Amino acid sequence: MILDGKCPIGPIEKTWDQHRFDMKLINPSNKRKFKIIMVGTGLAGGAGAASLGELGYNVEAYCYQDSSRRAHSIAAQGGINAAKNYPNDGDSVFRLFYDTIKGGDFRAREADVWRLSQVSNNIIDQCVAQGVPFAREYSGLLSNRSFGGAQVSRTFYARGQTGQQLLLGAYQALARQVKAGTVKLKARTEMLDLVMVDGVAKGITYRELSTGEIKTSWADAVVLATGGYVNVFYLSTNAMGCSVTAAWKAAKKGAYMANPCYTQIHPTCIPQSGEHQSKLTLMSESLRNDGRCWVPKRKEDCEKPASEIAEEDRDYYLERKYPSFGNLAPRDIASRAAKEQCDDERGVGPGKRGVYLDFENSINRVGESTIRERYGNLFDMYEKITDEDAYKQPMRIYPAPHYSMGGLWVDYNCMSNIPGLFVLGEANFSVHGANRLGASALMQGLADGYFVIPYTIGNYLAGVKPGEVTDEHPEFKKSLEETKSSLDKLLNIKGKRSVSSFHRELGKIMWDNVGMARSKESLTEALKAIPALREEFWQNVKVTGDTKGRNSQLEDAGRVADFLEFGEMLATDALHREESCGGHFRVEHQTEDGEATRDDENFAYVAAWEFKGANKAPELHKEPLKFENVKLAVRSYK
Amino acid sequence: MNLTLYVWRQNGPEGQGKLEQYEAKNVSPDSSFLEMLDEVNQELIETGIDPIEFDNDCREGICGTCGCVINGRPHGPQEETTACQLHMRQFKDGDSLTLEPWRATAFPIVKDLVVDRSAMDRIIESGGYTSAYTGQVGEANQTLIPKPLAEYAMDAAACIGCGACVAACPNGSAMLFTSAKVAQLASLPQGKVEAAERVKAMTATAIANGFGNCSNHYECEAACPKGVSVKFIAKLNREYIKALPK
Ligand SMILES: Cc1cc2nc3c(=O)[nH]c(=O)nc-3n(C[C@H](O)[C@H](O)[C@H](O)COP(=O)(O)OP(=O)(O)OC[C@H]3O[C@@H](n4cnc5c(N)ncnc54)[C@H](O)[C@@H]3O)c2cc1C
Ligand code: FES
Repeated sequence: MILDGKCPIGPIEKTWDQHRFDMKLINPSNKRKFKIIMVGTGLAGGAGAASLGELGYNVEAYCYQDSSRRAHSIAAQGGINAAKNYPNDGDSVFRLFYDTIKGGDFRAREADVWRLSQVSNNIIDQCVAQGVPFAREYSGLLSNRSFGGAQVSRTFYARGQTGQQLLLGAYQALARQVKAGTVKLKARTEMLDLVMVDGVAKGITYRELSTGEIKTSWADAVVLATGGYVNVFYLSTNAMGCSVTAAWKAAKKGAYMANPCYTQIHPTCIPQSGEHQSKLTLMSESLRNDGRCWVPKRKEDCEKPASEIAEEDRDYYLERKYPSFGNLAPRDIASRAAKEQCDDERGVGPGKRGVYLDFENSINRVGESTIRERYGNLFDMYEKITDEDAYKQPMRIYPAPHYSMGGLWVDYNCMSNIPGLFVLGEANFSVHGANRLGASALMQGLADGYFVIPYTIGNYLAGVKPGEVTDEHPEFKKSLEETKSSLDKLLNIKGKRSVSSFHRELGKIMWDNVGMARSKESLTEALKAIPALREEFWQNVKVTGDTKGRNSQLEDAGRVADFLEFGEMLATDALHREESCGGHFRVEHQTEDGEATRDDENFAYVAAWEFKGANKAPELHKEPLKFENVKLAVRSYK
Repeated sequence: MNLTLYVWRQNGPEGQGKLEQYEAKNVSPDSSFLEMLDEVNQELIETGIDPIEFDNDCREGICGTCGCVINGRPHGPQEETTACQLHMRQFKDGDSLTLEPWRATAFPIVKDLVVDRSAMDRIIESGGYTSAYTGQVGEANQTLIPKPLAEYAMDAAACIGCGACVAACPNGSAMLFTSAKVAQLASLPQGKVEAAERVKAMTATAIANGFGNCSNHYECEAACPKGVSVKFIAKLNREYIKALPK
């Protein structure tokens, strides 16, 4: 089937304004008759739920953490982009739009990206009004810094805790609505099913994680803002609880999963130190403003301390390969370059899977205190984890799974192919194409939440009779029973292997075969190994405890079960995409000097996959991508 | 390294809790405290014992989900460090560690080391925000904010809401937590308008939820993994007094 993204037509700079005007409205006094379920309270869900509550809708917001303030958006360090052009360095809505399309390697929809760039400025205004303490100049004006993939300074930040501050802003806006009675928060709950009535999303089934109770809830529309899925790699920069579960349950009810193979491997993470490791820690990309990446030129030097390697024996490989962007080359490119150096046996640290990120020049130039002011908390975190002082010796970094550009397919209104099911933030696929630029996920989350869903959901609800379907409908009971029995099934396997051992093994399959460099062979291998592991899981997993009360083993088991199905779809997508673009690098498709080669003739489309059942091949639907405002070009950062 | 753990086990809010002894064997000094607990849990699962329940999520010291009292200190011995960022190299081979949940009237125990901190959300819900409607705000750079003020606000805003301050306080007070939000918002022009109502509502909610008062022990500051200073409590008190006659 050919999918339609329902993008408005006409001059791009008018699309969003015109669309906003064309959309149907709901009378203010009728809004409270509509009930909306928001799953997720990160930047996208928190901002969305707060704004919808403010408009007068009746909102129920869910999150698996014990408080809505703890969504993983909190961990974002570096910053958020906007086209304010405060530094007067030539930025504009068009430039942000262009950079995002190009950064995404020409695999995103123009209209969606335009809207994102247009509302970026409103986001900054909104956050400032909430009291978000962004960094400022001595003049009292807001301060900016640069991020990868851009030649302008458009990133706003709050020390190394931008995500935290933005999320607290949204959380507080949400708290205000809780007090006003428009939003009901349901913390420590996990959505375990999407309830559909006659092909339309009408509610969810969820588990109360403290008591173990399974419940259902109805709504006139369901919004998922449930974050990304890179924990399919086991070790990633995501939080322990991040999962594909909510999205996958929707996919199993017919929602299409778009471009799952577009995963971002972030270049600057602390390398793995041992088998005990449960997650990887990001060192913000902003560090590349002042840090220089290098490895020794000669293999023999790799064991020596960095200080004993003379300047002329160091290979500043990003500056060498990409002179115009240097250390600020986009993430996919910087990650692959680091991998290349290590594959060439010039890596440093344990297992030689690491490269240096060196601040010596910057410390000499601007002084240690300035560097401390800019990145103090990151240096502290680095020291806690590695026991090394990065003011005195270079950091060691290595790429790690970080972000999912792919996600549930949505149209321009952020609605999935299931009527009444909307998807926001990292959970959808919409704006980052095959590679996301730094500081634009926070921008997208807040754009979707504050400035897109409040309009587009009204357009949908205008055609719905409020409360027409409630949880009296038999589909709710059915979903409840099915969810209960799938949890019982997990508990009754009583096998020998722990849940986390399966997750680790899946992660290894994914990282080795579907990671930074993918080939037909490796992907075929993954497509054999994943189903085999899944089969073993359903026969041999050991889940302790029971369904009553808190049981984190049971929670994890459900998440791993979903990853074991989803991972196969991810690998299937990667195998089908016979080109290299952004975060998806197929070794068969590269230039002589190792740069990605896209195939616009055959692959300039969104691949939206329809789940057909475990052990059945998913069906591919295509949405062709049209580029009318930017010229498709080879993406060069040289 | 090998350690002996005494861990608070309590099966649900109504259950009778007690300390159980477990051995943590072959722990890598490079592993984090929670990774050590993961390994202990793996062993427990293998021997058919229910694993120890503990809260955690980001494991980067920012979400505020993790935390337990380790040998009498919330988040353990290392200054300005959450339990998830604490690494085992801080301990010695042969050490004994006693692990207990946050203990405070306002934090009922959910299970083992997990507590219910929703009372902290209720404090924020009662007024810890500015009433900025989405979209109806001025241009960001229209209001200048002196850098030192922005830095002051950020120092306060750094609170991760983990509850260590409450656990550390002999009165089970949430004063440091409350004051951090009060001070952040009261110091900025955007938050000044509602400052009086906010401080009254938030302190009243804290009391109504069973948090105690501050009697200047400063244990909260010592336990805070983000170094939030008690100077914000002084600011809260000033704001409170200013608000009274209104
Ligand atoms: C370490 C790190 C640093 C980053 N730094 C930056 C940066 O500097 N700039 C930038 O732009 N981006 C950054 N990113 C990316 C960015 O933070 C995320 O993409 C973005 O915050 C995602 O927001 P979200 O609202 O979509 O999802 P999240 O914040 O992940 O929220 C997901 C929500 O869904 C809930 N949820 C999930 N599943 C379920 C379920 N089944 N049932 C109920 N609730 C559920 C969760 O409880 C949570 O509330 C960073 C990411 C990481 C990991
Ligand atoms: S788990 Fe997030 S602060 Fe420790």
